[in-house]
Amino acid sequence: MNDNKLIDLQHITKKFGDTLVLDDLSLYIRENEFLTLLGPSGCGKTTTLRILGGFEHPDSGQVIFDGQDITDLPPHKRQLNTVFQKYALFPHMSIAENIAFGLKIKKKSKQYIQDKIRYALKLVNLDGFGDRMPDSLSGGQQQRIAIARAIVNEPKILLLDEPLGALDLKLRQDMQYELIRLKNELGITFVYVTHDQEEALTMSDTIVVMNQGYIQQVGSPEKIYNEPENAFVADFIGESNIIRSVFLEDRLVEILGAKFPCVDTGFGRNKEVDVVIRPEDIDLVSPEQGTLQGVVTSLIFKGVHYEMEVLAGGFEWLVHSTDLSAVGTKVGIHVDPFDIQIMNVPESEDEEAVNVEE
Amino acid sequence: MKNKKKAFLNQALLSGPYLLWMALFILIPLFIILYYGLTNRDGAFTLENILEITNPIYMKSLLLSLKLSLYSTVICLLLAYPLAMILRSLRLKNQSLIVMIFILPMWINFLLRTIAWLTILENNGILNSLLRLLGFEGLHIINTPAAIVVGMVYDFLPFMILPIYNSLAKIDNNLIAASRDLGANSLQTFRRIMLPLSLPGIISGITMVFIPSLTTFAISQILGGGKQNLIGNFIEQQFLLHYDWNAGSGLSLVLMVFILISMAFVAKFDKSREGTNLW
Amino acid sequence: MVKLGNSLKKLYIGLIVFFLYAPILVLVVLSFNKSKFRNQWGGFTLDWYRSLFSNDEVMSALGTTLLIALCAALIASIIGTAAAFAINKMKKIPKALTLGITNIPMLNADIVTAISLMLLFTALGFTFGFFSVLLAHITFSIPYVVLSVMPKLSQMSRANYEAALDLGATPFQAFRKVVFPEILPGVLSGFMLAFTMSLDDFIITWFTTSPDIHTLSTVIYSMQRRGISPEIYALSTLMFVVIVVLLILCGRTQNKNQKKARS
Repeated sequence: MNDNKLIDLQHITKKFGDTLVLDDLSLYIRENEFLTLLGPSGCGKTTTLRILGGFEHPDSGQVIFDGQDITDLPPHKRQLNTVFQKYALFPHMSIAENIAFGLKIKKKSKQYIQDKIRYALKLVNLDGFGDRMPDSLSGGQQQRIAIARAIVNEPKILLLDEPLGALDLKLRQDMQYELIRLKNELGITFVYVTHDQEEALTMSDTIVVMNQGYIQQVGSPEKIYNEPENAFVADFIGESNIIRSVFLEDRLVEILGAKFPCVDTGFGRNKEVDVVIRPEDIDLVSPEQGTLQGVVTSLIFKGVHYEMEVLAGGFEWLVHSTDLSAVGTKVGIHVDPFDIQIMNVPESEDEEAVNVEE
Repeated sequence: MKNKKKAFLNQALLSGPYLLWMALFILIPLFIILYYGLTNRDGAFTLENILEITNPIYMKSLLLSLKLSLYSTVICLLLAYPLAMILRSLRLKNQSLIVMIFILPMWINFLLRTIAWLTILENNGILNSLLRLLGFEGLHIINTPAAIVVGMVYDFLPFMILPIYNSLAKIDNNLIAASRDLGANSLQTFRRIMLPLSLPGIISGITMVFIPSLTTFAISQILGGGKQNLIGNFIEQQFLLHYDWNAGSGLSLVLMVFILISMAFVAKFDKSREGTNLW
Repeated sequence: MVKLGNSLKKLYIGLIVFFLYAPILVLVVLSFNKSKFRNQWGGFTLDWYRSLFSNDEVMSALGTTLLIALCAALIASIIGTAAAFAINKMKKIPKALTLGITNIPMLNADIVTAISLMLLFTALGFTFGFFSVLLAHITFSIPYVVLSVMPKLSQMSRANYEAALDLGATPFQAFRKVVFPEILPGVLSGFMLAFTMSLDDFIITWFTTSPDIHTLSTVIYSMQRRGISPEIYALSTLMFVVIVVLLILCGRTQNKNQKKARS
């Protein structure tokens, strides 16, 4: 990955009727990056992708591609290709004809097209499927063909619109690795749209969390997970305990009446803040050792860990641990200072968009 | 074992009446035409009835029928396809409304609607009055083949619009987006995606217009003023005027050759095997 | 540019709809025409609407037309729905064969269907009249029912029927409460199509009726040479108004139901 801006979206605004879908959105995508647009349905991620592909025209703002303004360029003249949500394979053409579609339009030689089809089918592990018709393939196979059809055109950017949405869990996980491998082999930029936070965390170099037409946070998966900038991001990326608290002074926060040491500074004194604590960062200790005392109210075995709910300080804490504490056990809650993430409380109702629709 | 018997009985009860009905009212009657067409009045085998078509009068009317029904089919296709494309582009939520608008005229008797065209097309009719009012010369349309073509296009246009619209409305917008995305301009997208995917609708539209146009006798009787005899008029006259069922059946058999060709044409393109997608 | 395209599109739709409805407009105007002649305007009158109800020839033809359409659509719906169930359960080849034969009356020329039925009724020694016309209409109506019900049947999952049995319904109850409501829209649209086709038919009626049984079609065709009696125009106008009003009412209740379902 280098720092060249391949795509630069500048102040994009888009309305559908009276609904504001994108509000002054600015975002750049670097060359050879795997960038994911992540958010609940209706957050504007698909619209952003469609503006990149040329299927929607922004009401205001510019799309800059490689230094050139392509805002008004129709889709068929753009150097990027899309993998559509439900594959959109042409039902009246064989697999080979589907893959050859873009190349035939560009009037490539027969030999070139043949070679490309063979190469693409091999790349997506579907050797010898050329003569089959799309409806004789499984969902996962159709998905791979849709990818093959896009990449034979050698786009600089591949746009993927929830490509794994229609597949079952196991296949989805396999395809995630497949996509990472493809991206590394092709060395091109991927822009990926999903509402699945796990998919985003697994594959991306950069995640853009969106909600209600705004970008909530841009960053690497680790950064987004460990240091969410607001309650929406914290709640949308993984499970977490989000508690309204008081920032007493630098490195000290009062959570549910108990004083917890933390590592953050610069929030002022006695100020209201939101605190995020990931369930796996909570240590259950004996009551006298804990900063806060509580009792285990439920226990579920989840495979790699136990999921417990602990009632402490009037709040239901979500706790993940490999150690089991039976329901009814009195426990103490301990959190390491660097596992406490402090966030500013949203100022307006508009910004407080915590209601996640799935 | 008992269950199997019961299932068989059920199936027989369900399909039995219908299979009998089909045999009695669809298949056997067609064989009766075949019988009459291949025999003379004494019941002896003959090809005379079929060879009657080589009689110049019949030949001329068959060629005229073919020509006029071809015209009306082409005109219907040219009118209906752009209309269906426009209707599709409107992305109406209430699709049954579209169907209703084009079916509604059928509830007024089609003979009456055809007769209304007389009032429009006559030498002193509405169309010519309008033309003269605008300072043009009147047109002589009535009792000419042109009037019959107008009548055919009018009566059968909905049968072209609906199947084409249905097949176009079924095309997923993502397919069009995908084609544009892969570098095809709108014309290439139309030629490579829209047209082939709407082909089943086009084919069933063509047969739904061509066959009734080819075999009509009422439209030519009304708008042709009895001066333009189509093959349908001769068949009707053989049966209801001359009571020569053998000759009439012979001409019908010739007509059926063209119908069979059209049916084979439909079967070839209708891969879904769900019959014509008229509605 | 886009706006110009849009108004051109609307203009085109408008022209085609005008083409389809212009003759109906002519009929409506003629129904108020004092002159008995189609091609001259003799001033405005409502006389034809008054004399319509005392014109026995037209009224009895209307009665026959409606009775035949109703009976044909009803019987075709019953036979056709049963047939759709049977066809749906058939194996591939018998299914294709049966569907192929089912399509014949729909694809075949009306005049051939008409002749073939006329020859059949003669061969069987049938008296031509109401029943021969009814049988003919049932025959060409069945395919419309079958083709409307079939898609509903193939969409329906067997699981619903089995779920009903699992919850304690008898096969008959399961059919009545689960299967039938699901295919009902198909049966209804088949019924409506059959009714429409029967109402609009001329050719097949013309060949299978007797001189003393008349439908509107045959009355109009025989009047065609001596001049259509203006009561026919009045009747068509009334029928058109009734149908449009019915459709608007249907549309309204449908809209209301949809809104209710949403809220």
